[in-house]
Amino acid sequence: MRYLIKKIIVLILTMFVISLFTFLAFHIIPGDPARLILGTSASEAKLEALRHQLGTDLPLHRQYMNWIAGFVRGDFGTSIRYSMPVRDLIGGHVAVTVLLGIMVMIMTLIVSIPLGIFAARKRGTITEQVIEAVTMTGISIPGFFLSIIFMWLFGLVLHLFTPGNYVSYKDSPAGFFRFMFFPALSIAVPQIATLTKYVRTSVLGELDKDYVRTARGKGSTMHGILYGHVLRNAIVAVIPLIGMMIGSIFSGSIIVEQVFGVPGIGRLLIASVTGRDFPLTQTLVMYVAFVIVITNFIVDILIQLVDPRIRISG
Amino acid sequence: MNHGKTQLRTGLILASVIAGLAVLSLFWTPYDINQMDTLSRMQPPSFRHLFGTDNMGRDVFSRAIVGGRFTLAVALSTVAGCTVISSVLGLLSGYAGGIIDEIIMRIVDAVSSFPGLLIALIIVTVMKQGNYTIVLALCITFVPSFTRIVRTGTLQYKNADFVKSNKVFGDSDVRLLLVHVLPNILPLLLSSIIIGLSNAILAESGMSYLGLGIQPPAPSWGRMLYESQSYIFNAPWCALAPGLMIVVTIVAFNCIGEGIRKRYLA
Repeated sequence: MRYLIKKIIVLILTMFVISLFTFLAFHIIPGDPARLILGTSASEAKLEALRHQLGTDLPLHRQYMNWIAGFVRGDFGTSIRYSMPVRDLIGGHVAVTVLLGIMVMIMTLIVSIPLGIFAARKRGTITEQVIEAVTMTGISIPGFFLSIIFMWLFGLVLHLFTPGNYVSYKDSPAGFFRFMFFPALSIAVPQIATLTKYVRTSVLGELDKDYVRTARGKGSTMHGILYGHVLRNAIVAVIPLIGMMIGSIFSGSIIVEQVFGVPGIGRLLIASVTGRDFPLTQTLVMYVAFVIVITNFIVDILIQLVDPRIRISG
Repeated sequence: MNHGKTQLRTGLILASVIAGLAVLSLFWTPYDINQMDTLSRMQPPSFRHLFGTDNMGRDVFSRAIVGGRFTLAVALSTVAGCTVISSVLGLLSGYAGGIIDEIIMRIVDAVSSFPGLLIALIIVTVMKQGNYTIVLALCITFVPSFTRIVRTGTLQYKNADFVKSNKVFGDSDVRLLLVHVLPNILPLLLSSIIIGLSNAILAESGMSYLGLGIQPPAPSWGRMLYESQSYIFNAPWCALAPGLMIVVTIVAFNCIGEGIRKRYLA
């Protein structure tokens, strides 16, 4: 319980610092948002009115408070470029990116946990070295390069999907998953490589422990030990990594969405950056950072529940 | 197991080839990187054009090695800058402790809770785009992890006997940190620096792909990939060349980093 309270305080503190950073970063930009919206020929009176309406005529700390209050109420401001509330704008995009992220996560987990265990079982053989070389390459391939290769190979040469022809999940869920398979795979490959390596190390670490020797001494088969004891401990060790993966999956999807033309949060973010749509960028940045911090918080709590050893020592 | 010897060797060979090509491109390239040749557009790789030519008839090999030079320069400056900043922050945080430590670590935590690319995007949005901005942006991305390593090292060494005895002999705090503590942390930092290089290359090419990194007309691997995307069906080598250069470079640095870790730190 004390641990939980401490965690919550750290969470709130981190969220505060994040919001402060984001706010300050976007308020040191020279230039007046009112002028950006109305253009250079606008009259001073009109500018003044809009500044008042946007709240940019207030002192900085008041602006910050208003912004946070808006954020809590779900009022994220208005996009300059699209002239519509940011909240309405991001709604549909969030779902696409979240679905993409879930697909990546599932692919990563179902491939890398068995592969990592397999690599650990083959310790000291040629197979292990092959897996090591493959994971090393997997970690080193940028997601966007992989995307381009997939688009060329599976899209243009083998015609497994039509590049650029995005299918909304509302129109056809099957078509959506078919289209999203390759973007998801491009993001997943580096993740799979990283996690496989981690699972392997973690299983090897467990295999050297006393309880394995004891079980061996009592006559258990290696197979039984691996799936009865080692696997459970190894999977617990993987959970903290999942929190970290969420951040890097998102980073991956920013670029991969761009390559494949997937209308998700990442694509909207890049569009807002290149279009200098500051209110939109600011909101997206905060939103994403919060989602990541909160997921990490949940993962931390989950580890406590799954692994009693940490509960005692924490 | 040969404790990472093969890895280290493979990495060093690959890295020297890439670095050698980048240095070579300072003095000589097979063709002018901006020279267009409408008669030989989208030529497949041959002896005349090692990596073929692009949609404007420019030599892809020449562009790739010059692009590598820009990418490597950005990666090196990023990691160098980041090492200096993190050493100062980490030493300060670990040695001073108390409220200073708390403030630095909370900021580090907050920065590291943003995905790296997001920080880089914020910096590029609020500042003028350019080659220095990308270095600064990537630098800030990598500071948290480096700072943590230096801080942990500082905590480990600040109460070591040899540091204490030098304190008794009247060494100033700054001298203690720079002469006695920092040199002991550097080996620990070395493998992170090498891995940092490969992360920087990955991040830089990603940003350049998005058009937010190295600015044209300077070629960069990420930008070349982006440009090749529209005619990839007709000239896949234009994408493969810069892409494989990125992969080889990152494999090289990852191998060196892993090799050092296995051989000297395990």
